[in-house]
Amino acid sequence: MRLTRTSSQVKPADKPSLGLNRRQFLKTAGLSAGGVAAASVLGTGMMRKARAEFIPHDAPVEVKKTICSHCAVGCGIYAHVQEGVWTHQEPAFDHPINSGGHCAKGAAVREVGHGDKRLKYPMKKEGGKWKRISWDEAINEVSAMALKIREESGPDSIFFMGSAKFSNEQAYLYRKFAAMWGTNNVDHSARICHSTTVAGVANTWGYGAQTNSINDMRNAKCMLFVGSNPSEAHPVAMQHILVGKERGAKVIVVDPRFTHTAAKADEYVHIRPGTDIPFIYGLLWHIFDNGWEDKQFIAERVYGMDKIREEVAKFPPEVVENVAGVPKDQMYRVAKTLADNRPGTIVWCMGGTQHHMGNSNTRSYCILQLALGNMGVSGGGTNIFRGHDNVQGATDFGLLFDTLPGYYGLKTGSWQHWCRVWDIDYEWAKSRFDQGTYLGQVPMNSTGIPCSRWQDGVLEDKDKIAQRDNIRMSFFWGQSVNTETRGPVVREALNKMDMVVVVDPYPTMAGVMPERQDGVILLPAATQFETYGSVSASNRSLQWRSKVIEPLFECKPDHEIMYLLAQKFGFEKEMFKHIKVNGTEPLIEDITREFNKGMWTVGYTGQSPERLKLHQENWGTFNVDTMEAAGGPCEGETYGLPWPCWGTPEMKHPGTQILYRTDREVRNGGGTFRARYGVEHDGVNILAEDSWSKGSAIEDGYPEFTDKMLKQLGWWDQLTPEEQVAAEGRNWKTDLSGGIQRVAIANNCIPFGNAKARCIVWTFPDDIPIHREPLYTPRRDLVPIYPTYEDRMVARLPTLYKSIQQQDFAKKFPLVLTSGRLVEYEGGGEETRSNPWLAQLQREMYVEINPQDADDRGIRDGDNVKLFSPDGATIEIKAMVTPRVIPGETFMPFHFAGVFEMKSLAGDYPPGTEPFVIGESANTAMTYGYDVVTQMQETKATLCQIAKA
Amino acid sequence: MAVMKFLCDTKRCIECNGCVTACSNSNSEALTFGTMRRRVVTLHDGEPGEASISVACMHCSDAPCKAVCPANCFYTTDDGIVLHNKETCIGCGYCFYACPFGAPQFPKKTAFGSRGKMDKCTYCAGGPVPDFSEEEQRLYGANRIAEGKLPLCAEMCSTKALLAGDAEVISSIYRARVAARSNPDTIWGYVPETGN
Repeated sequence: MRLTRTSSQVKPADKPSLGLNRRQFLKTAGLSAGGVAAASVLGTGMMRKARAEFIPHDAPVEVKKTICSHCAVGCGIYAHVQEGVWTHQEPAFDHPINSGGHCAKGAAVREVGHGDKRLKYPMKKEGGKWKRISWDEAINEVSAMALKIREESGPDSIFFMGSAKFSNEQAYLYRKFAAMWGTNNVDHSARICHSTTVAGVANTWGYGAQTNSINDMRNAKCMLFVGSNPSEAHPVAMQHILVGKERGAKVIVVDPRFTHTAAKADEYVHIRPGTDIPFIYGLLWHIFDNGWEDKQFIAERVYGMDKIREEVAKFPPEVVENVAGVPKDQMYRVAKTLADNRPGTIVWCMGGTQHHMGNSNTRSYCILQLALGNMGVSGGGTNIFRGHDNVQGATDFGLLFDTLPGYYGLKTGSWQHWCRVWDIDYEWAKSRFDQGTYLGQVPMNSTGIPCSRWQDGVLEDKDKIAQRDNIRMSFFWGQSVNTETRGPVVREALNKMDMVVVVDPYPTMAGVMPERQDGVILLPAATQFETYGSVSASNRSLQWRSKVIEPLFECKPDHEIMYLLAQKFGFEKEMFKHIKVNGTEPLIEDITREFNKGMWTVGYTGQSPERLKLHQENWGTFNVDTMEAAGGPCEGETYGLPWPCWGTPEMKHPGTQILYRTDREVRNGGGTFRARYGVEHDGVNILAEDSWSKGSAIEDGYPEFTDKMLKQLGWWDQLTPEEQVAAEGRNWKTDLSGGIQRVAIANNCIPFGNAKARCIVWTFPDDIPIHREPLYTPRRDLVPIYPTYEDRMVARLPTLYKSIQQQDFAKKFPLVLTSGRLVEYEGGGEETRSNPWLAQLQREMYVEINPQDADDRGIRDGDNVKLFSPDGATIEIKAMVTPRVIPGETFMPFHFAGVFEMKSLAGDYPPGTEPFVIGESANTAMTYGYDVVTQMQETKATLCQIAKA
Repeated sequence: MAVMKFLCDTKRCIECNGCVTACSNSNSEALTFGTMRRRVVTLHDGEPGEASISVACMHCSDAPCKAVCPANCFYTTDDGIVLHNKETCIGCGYCFYACPFGAPQFPKKTAFGSRGKMDKCTYCAGGPVPDFSEEEQRLYGANRIAEGKLPLCAEMCSTKALLAGDAEVISSIYRARVAARSNPDTIWGYVPETGN
């Protein structure tokens, strides 16, 4: 049946009787009409007035295309705006990623436009009370304190916590902001979600990102999920996963919990938390034992598999059963399924990454795919699902403690590259930094303090950290502190700092948790629906968002707040040299163009604002199965121009949907593994052998392109005279004209070279993945066999390993504890728990416990229980008695906050901003433990004890 | 004449609750905190055999709520959608006893603590007041049917598990899926897909 519009009743009501548009929220929030958010006009004092009138159905509709701001799947949204109010949200059936589908969060984003619980104006805590202040006052106070601390303790005493909720432009600008302030103490939530992936995967084959796309999973023959639960964390990905399954793919879920995703699988494998490497090596044991590995692929494109074989030999079925708890016949069956159903893909998420040896876990997954020859093909790859909507982009733009935008690192050459892009004097940039050397580290060139451990940067003895002084002030810019482990320590650090600055649409825990009378400033930031710009989905596609509504209340977009602070800090001229500023708001498109000029390493150079907008206008022309446009204005291009989108925008590279695929020309999205680690190791060639991408003029492995290489190849004359000038003395990463990239691609060669993927990362503490027991392990008998590291310095902070693992916590805390997501909430949960449409679905913080453990403790479903952490914290929550977890293992969702060690913080929120649902934060009870390479916290394998409250 | 139905494909439903919040979004003007016209029920939660299904008013052809209502407030539209009149509803709760799906809801926050007027899924088809009027929005919520659209819950389903539309159309979609799943690749030319 074709539905047709049947009504002619569109006449507006003559006189709106009930003057309130958002009645139900008024009731629950107990706010006056002035606090209601649906706003369209600027009132006096810059405060947007409540939209109280009924908006007639036939009021003119503006349709805005935007992207969901929750997870990195990247779902399209049609926002209908009438009289300035976001009145309807319609499904984007033509969007190539979600085809209109949404999870609970995506289907509820319109509520952001109501914003009852939003932070409405700048506030400061004074004498223990929240006080409304003006923007001028707030910016003056914040900048004065920052400059005072800079004077006394140096630039590294300010910590710049950034956000995965920034647009690409804002993320880039924030990194630039920290650079111009003169510190590398800038980081964001990628640290605590996929930093071990980025490090491990990039060091295996070049880039640390999802290699294929979620859509491409429709073409897989087998899918292996390890520590990933897309049904709750990436629900719309399940659309593609289930279609793939219906087309015949085998689905295997490996997880300590029987998740909603496991319920849809062909095979569910339980592993003990923290035993990913024994599990993967156990699979490889069967693969090697039966000769199922792809020998040709390994010979041509993989370095170091023999060393893996030696380690795998230590994990025969009996050992795997003992360590990981998976029986031999199941291991064999899973290995055979993987071998028989190629190409297969592997997906991993926090279950794999959040361990103190997470970087090894991620490398082991890559090695499995290399052994099976599943890389560089449609239906294969490592489909690493990112979490927040722009955590991929924020990572790419170097919102990290160890790199500048584009993974250029922090070396002098990297700084010089970006100074050339920014058109500023390198010596000036250098002068912004602390000029000292601390514990042998030079601040400008040394890795900063991570998002996971800023609290240690505040509290650690200052002689033991590799910078001049402790952190004394921090910006929490769009990041929840309740996602950091060791809650009591986090609170102590918040108490100790000279000032806490929260920049967020919501007050967040950083504003609420500190037990202090003053020194907390809250700045209301606009959401991504109140500004515009690009966002990078998990699959590296860039999507353009249009502005849906004007910023509510007194909120300002993040880039404008950065400008206001830069003015006070005195570097706005340098920072915005080539970025137009309208009033106090920098022009987004200029920022996009600026990063297009510098992001050569990852190919963020071809995605001009114009090209991205064209893709936005033509969602419907991209095919769901291939993500490519068969015709129309974007013909031949992949949706969102997934990076690397090589060269300049004028080169019209179509984007690279599937990384490292040799069956296509580079100019058509093909490629090879990256030559990132030189050309040989231990005297062995590590360039590819007998393998190259389609049409390559060099039919062998080759190193990365430089000016010298072009000359050797005799291709120098293919550069234009202008390009020759720009390319002299440069390489594919630093030639700002893009000429070197252009010529390489014209010859069907990939600018970054053609090498083997490497199983051995000789620069890491463990050169191949080695199993190490969690710091808080229940298996004391395995500690001598699989010990952790010695205590050591990681970046600027002393980090404990052995001194924790050698203590036996398992007697008093016998239950293994992991954490994870709920579909209704996201991250620290402040935004989603403030959304009544979501909050009504999950109202209590709880712990999942098996019926056996519950019975042993006299606990019944729904009882209040106390959960004791070996680090000393105690939280009181509900028990959910469920067979989802096995005896001896427990699970908590991590989105709750607002109750701290049995004390409600409801009264500590600025009035009217406390979320609809508050609860104990899981991370209050989560323990010490940080990845040896990236400082990822170990939240997916620790211990606890539970008792009836 | 169409017969509008919901059908939830349990092999695709993942309990993401997108349908529930889509309903809140679509009908926000008519709903209070905690009143959910649609919910997802999961059986054998956390065990092999776990299955989820999204449930709301099923718009029965011979609706028991309608049969038992002492105030005679129910009516069936030409499209087979079961609606009710909140002006004549007396909030007795009889329909709740009769309904096999637990669809009728009763807001509690009203004067004298009594049961308020019954509220249930309208198939995003409004109620017996002028289409798109403020009164319709306030009492019943959206009227997408009058706009030529389907209920938002089904339109926004993350995995296309929840189908809404004419019974004949959605049952044929479901039939094709079931046949394909029973043995992939046996139906020549049939490839499961979702959109575009």
